[in-house]
Amino acid sequence: MTANDRSTGMPAEQASRQDLLLAIERLQVTLPPRRRGEARRTVIHDVSMQIAPGESLGVVGESGSGKSMTTRAVMRLLPQGASMTGRLDFDGQDVMGMSRRELSAYRGSQVGMIYQDPRAHTNPLRTLGDFLIEGVTLSGQMRRTEAEELACDLLRQVGVGDAGHRIRQYPHQLSGGLLQRVMIVMALMPSPRLVLADEPTTALDVTIQSEVMAILGEQIRERQCGLMFITHDLDLAAAVTDSLAVMYAGVVVETGPSDNLYSSPRHPYTAGLLASRPHSERVERPTAIPGRPLSAFEAGPGCVFASRCPFATQQCHEQRPALREVDGRNVACHRVEEFGADLTYQFKEAQ
Amino acid sequence: MTTLTVLPDVAVVRRRSNLDMLTVVVATVCSALVVLAILGPFLTPYPPAQTDILAASQGPSAQHLLGTDALGRDILSRLLAGARLSFAGPGLIVAVSTTAGTAIAIWSAWHGGLLDKGMNRVLDVMFAVPGILVAVLAAAVFGSGFWAPVLALSIVYIPYVARVVRSAAVRERRLPYVEACQLAGMRPSRICSRHILRNVAPIALAQGTIAFASALMDFAAISFLGLGVQPPVSEWGLMVSDGRSELLDGAAQQSLAAGAMVVLTVVAFNVLGERVSRRIGGNR
Amino acid sequence: MRQLPGPILHVIRTLAAAAGTMLAASFVIFVALALAPGDPVSQILGPRASDAQRAQMRDQLGLDDPVLVRYWHWLTGALRGDFGTSLTYREDVSALLEPRILTTALLVLMATILILLVGLSLGTLGGTSDRWRPAVNALVGLGVAIPGFIAGSALISLFAVRLGWFPTFGAGSGFTDRVWHLTLPAIALAMGWSAYVAQMTSAAVSEENKREHVLTARGRGISRASVFRRHVLLNASIPVLTASGLTVAGLVAGSVVVESVFAIDGLGSLLVKSVSSKDYAPVTAISMIIVAVFVIVTTTIDLAQVALDPRLRKQTR
Repeated sequence: MTANDRSTGMPAEQASRQDLLLAIERLQVTLPPRRRGEARRTVIHDVSMQIAPGESLGVVGESGSGKSMTTRAVMRLLPQGASMTGRLDFDGQDVMGMSRRELSAYRGSQVGMIYQDPRAHTNPLRTLGDFLIEGVTLSGQMRRTEAEELACDLLRQVGVGDAGHRIRQYPHQLSGGLLQRVMIVMALMPSPRLVLADEPTTALDVTIQSEVMAILGEQIRERQCGLMFITHDLDLAAAVTDSLAVMYAGVVVETGPSDNLYSSPRHPYTAGLLASRPHSERVERPTAIPGRPLSAFEAGPGCVFASRCPFATQQCHEQRPALREVDGRNVACHRVEEFGADLTYQFKEAQ
Repeated sequence: MTTLTVLPDVAVVRRRSNLDMLTVVVATVCSALVVLAILGPFLTPYPPAQTDILAASQGPSAQHLLGTDALGRDILSRLLAGARLSFAGPGLIVAVSTTAGTAIAIWSAWHGGLLDKGMNRVLDVMFAVPGILVAVLAAAVFGSGFWAPVLALSIVYIPYVARVVRSAAVRERRLPYVEACQLAGMRPSRICSRHILRNVAPIALAQGTIAFASALMDFAAISFLGLGVQPPVSEWGLMVSDGRSELLDGAAQQSLAAGAMVVLTVVAFNVLGERVSRRIGGNR
Repeated sequence: MRQLPGPILHVIRTLAAAAGTMLAASFVIFVALALAPGDPVSQILGPRASDAQRAQMRDQLGLDDPVLVRYWHWLTGALRGDFGTSLTYREDVSALLEPRILTTALLVLMATILILLVGLSLGTLGGTSDRWRPAVNALVGLGVAIPGFIAGSALISLFAVRLGWFPTFGAGSGFTDRVWHLTLPAIALAMGWSAYVAQMTSAAVSEENKREHVLTARGRGISRASVFRRHVLLNASIPVLTASGLTVAGLVAGSVVVESVFAIDGLGSLLVKSVSSKDYAPVTAISMIIVAVFVIVTTTIDLAQVALDPRLRKQTR
């Protein structure tokens, strides 16, 4: 992580599109209606993000904010009937326009994905060895023996001992933490240029979460590959990534360099997330964000956060704010200029 | 800007409209069939047992809408008259097996443990025993007639209901309200009958509807084999069997008309049962 | 003493349970038939036989022994392949069974092939294709509602009487003639069960298709065909195997009805004839064959499932 990398969390005008590893522009995703006669549900609304080669981006938000759906869109693995508009470029290549064969090559060798629940995402009837090598062998990238050697090698690197034995075992014979390391190896097998990690530690025991996270971070740094890290944990994201994008109700509300955003949030929602963490030293009640998180299709015409924002004005309820550059990051808030650098404190006070 | 729509490759369309057309149609057909089974014998254009050798084995005509059988009896009249027995057999079977199956299921789910495990195993074995074999053996032991297959199939169909109700009752048993009732000092029999039974009853009913369709097929098959109700009474399975000699002569109307009634009834009750259970599943 | 390894222990336990089931079934069937009303002696000797003749016959048949003793005699005989004597045919039951077993076995085999061909392909089609699912569902809904005796009657009416493509009854002689004779019966027998297997297959395939690990595989760029073969089909095969097992076990009982429709001289029609004439030795023997086939098939399926599913292997240890 160099200071140079951090600047690439900036909007598109600072880095031209050709240099970017992943450029998401005005992405919108809608799902088919739940019932007949209802409208389609928008889950992602007008989202833009960039990742430079070797950069890591944290996408933070509550459940339903559309962060997982964003990774699915990047993989073009949306649920049936879903529809996406906007632009999605990987290394200058238009992902949405890919043919089936191009898409297969893109998924198979350019991006790797790590999921939240390793147990559900591995076939219980196949051995781990089979699981690890099937991607690279079926696409003809490697021969079987070669792939097995690589798998064992990678398993050892992520701290799985006795790799030769492990690859003959089945998923149910491994603990969740161990299985998630196997998943990391699975994602790294084809040497991808971008890894998408969707809450990779949430389903694990607290005691092994940080260990798995450290292993993932280490592998990503060693390979200099890009990372899109999805989490609801702002602290974790800030510790691991170069830049952050905070999502709420299918919209990016604040994005910028991680340490900058973390130390002085400028959007009330980011401040609310920070204020609502339990304190590590004192026992005091965290300041919860009032109300429940909304989905994009539930939000009105105004700012998506207006209904829960303690600072909301009439304008906030009526007009959706666009992302504006403020203090080295982008914020979507009408009143951002009025807030000081200690918005977290102000948020707590306002409650 | 590109637009990309993901084409559905495997979608299970689950409509949750309150009442779809198909449910209305099958419910209507089922009720009509039940009414027919009750009133059928009063609606016959001819006495179902009236023979007319001069008009034997005739095809459909204005006098005999579905033709006549080898003895010159009016097939439509026999179909209508036969509906009663064809429904009474499976109706009784399902009433007994649904009641017994539900009772066993709740009892087993309530006590849990080894008893439940053992009961589950017994039901598994019973489920796989072919109903026809048991009904045939019952005819061997008790002689042919109406009651032997009814008795045999009543037992055979218990696991059809009990297995499904048991899993629902086990789920129900684990809900906190049951413990609350116990703490409030309610007797187990009362909790079972007032609460658990009430909540699993729709499932038992749906399963009973599907079991009715199966029982109707088995009961008719036993009659067809000559081990159930005996001529000259009219019953659909018996009519298929009666029609076999004419069928070989090219007059298939009796066998096919009775067979069609069986198939229609089975389809209607199967679909109804499936719809009802899906609705219950959807509301949970 | 050293403990036997898990898998072997599991096989032994399963086989023991199967033997136990068969023993219990044979006991229930034998005792029920032994206690059935009706006097086999007057069946043999006719109504005008003297009391002395009757007593001699009863003694000869061992009818005055307690039921348990008679069961024991039957059981030890059955284990040696001696199922007693048929009263109506005046012949050893095993001699009666021998040619009929072949006929019924061929019928069941042909039906099984049909069921697997039609059921699995129809089910896979319904489970994978949105466009075909409604048609498959309708076909399956109709198929499960047609019992064998009605399917048989309709098939005879159309293909044997009207079109004359197939014989109307009998089992034929010689292999090709037999197959020709048994084609319609096999279709009649297979119809309902193919629909059942199709239903289970379709449900299993669409269920497995929605699993997260299938999404993982697709997200790795693995081709649709490979994902389907390696992840969907393999995992769906477990419930499908169970359904198919139940089917084959039920086919033998189903043949009882279908053989009567087509007047085929097999085990099923012998069972019905013997029940009607209260000739219990063949009834007991044929019932036991049906139970045995059922137990053997379900046991095989049980063991096959453990072989397919590594998660079950763990539990058996």
